[in-house]
Amino acid sequence: MNRELPAPRGFSPVLAGATARRVLTQLRHDPRTIVMMAAVPTVMMILLRYVVSDPLLLNRVAPEYIGVFPFVIMFVVAAITTQRERARGTLERLMAMPLGKLDLLAGYGIAFALMACVQVTLVLVVSLTWLGVTLPGSAVPMAVVAVLDAILGMACGLFASAFARTEFQAVQFLPAFVLPQALLSGLVVPRDHMTAVLRWLSDVLPLSYAVDAMQRITTATSWTSAISADVVIILAFTVAGLVGGALTLRRRTS
Amino acid sequence: MSITQPGDGAEAVISARRLVVRRGGHLVLDDLTCSLAPGQVTGLLGPSGCGKTTLMRVLVGVQAITEGKVTVLGLPVGHPRLRARLGYATQEPAVYADLTLGENLRYFGTVLGLRGRRLAEAIAETIARLDLGGLDKRLVGTFSGGQLARVGLAVALLGRPDLLILDEPTVGLDPVLRRDLWSVFHGLAADGASLLVSSHVMDEAARCDNLLFMREGRFLAEASPAEVLERTGAPDLESAFLALADPGFAPRAVQR
Repeated sequence: MNRELPAPRGFSPVLAGATARRVLTQLRHDPRTIVMMAAVPTVMMILLRYVVSDPLLLNRVAPEYIGVFPFVIMFVVAAITTQRERARGTLERLMAMPLGKLDLLAGYGIAFALMACVQVTLVLVVSLTWLGVTLPGSAVPMAVVAVLDAILGMACGLFASAFARTEFQAVQFLPAFVLPQALLSGLVVPRDHMTAVLRWLSDVLPLSYAVDAMQRITTATSWTSAISADVVIILAFTVAGLVGGALTLRRRTS
Repeated sequence: MSITQPGDGAEAVISARRLVVRRGGHLVLDDLTCSLAPGQVTGLLGPSGCGKTTLMRVLVGVQAITEGKVTVLGLPVGHPRLRARLGYATQEPAVYADLTLGENLRYFGTVLGLRGRRLAEAIAETIARLDLGGLDKRLVGTFSGGQLARVGLAVALLGRPDLLILDEPTVGLDPVLRRDLWSVFHGLAADGASLLVSSHVMDEAARCDNLLFMREGRFLAEASPAEVLERTGAPDLESAFLALADPGFAPRAVQR
């Protein structure tokens, strides 16, 4: 009697599309958030350009930051948006309606991935033209990995939101979960220079692979199998985050 | 006949047998049995914290059951096929404040399986029924309290559900709007829907076909308003409610 009956169908592209459209419409009514989502990584890059000032050093660190900024912003936006659905009762209403959990998560995924594309395009164009960052090869691998990093951030944010009772807690997840990852990702100190324990911690955190992939892209003239390995790990963490998110979306609460 | 006996017919719209819900070691619903006939407006009454919302969440399928058997429209609660046939409105409007009324209704309508012309018709009908005309393009976050309550109801009505579960839909609303909403409820029942409406306002109890009184997770009475008055010997429903809510009152006196 208490077991959960299966949903009428696993996944509906129409409902996922409707959900993505709904999320994007919510954003459209909030222009300030759109501007911040799109522009903050670019502004941070401009700032980085003048803080670093040495063009050679900038060339090395800029790509790493291009991978990290979208991750951070998508994490916060996804965590708070999902927490808000829980707190305002819309999630419970949807769970009482014929909407699959996958439809909801895929809808969020599509909407935020589109936003990530805008964000990454802007930061790449500004970095590669105005800021004078140069790449040995094409900019496409970097764009692909940066968008995947943003989607990874979204998946982690969706999952983390399940552990936040309030929006206030969801905001605290930024310093609690994201900053340690940034410290351990190789952004500040190369991972090879870390002690064994820190290195091990770094190995199990998703952001490390985002930074790693970006570091490889800055030194390689073409796509390598090592970049592919990083991308596979990033995708695996993304899927794990979304599955974790689906498991924490309960139709029934006890 | 306005009331069905517990467990007496397959046509009951809601049927609960020995329903128990325990939450965090606390007994919230204690051995509830009831059976409600279709096409009626049933009032669910009782003091705050008596378990009305938990019972409604069980019926909608979002609250896990500890023991017992509950069927809604002939299917076990939480059955996926029920999701499009039930309308549920909570005390909070549970809509997107950062979307317009039209955008909210289009999204929830799509989720309910409505498309194209059927969706447009359902939205137009719901807007007309709840007197929300002209607000289509306004952000729900700018609505007044009364408008907001009607938006929550509009989403519940959108899929033309067979059963509507409305948790204190008129709380905090002015008397004119309350009267209008009750005429909407009776209109829906006349069209064949069944409604379970929780309230703690006694003048609303008089508008119901059938009443369920709850106290501390138990049913005290299931009867029509006239029968409640007769059985409690109270001069009006307000006094009857107070008599029933009094822990010293013997529940057996009003049960059959």
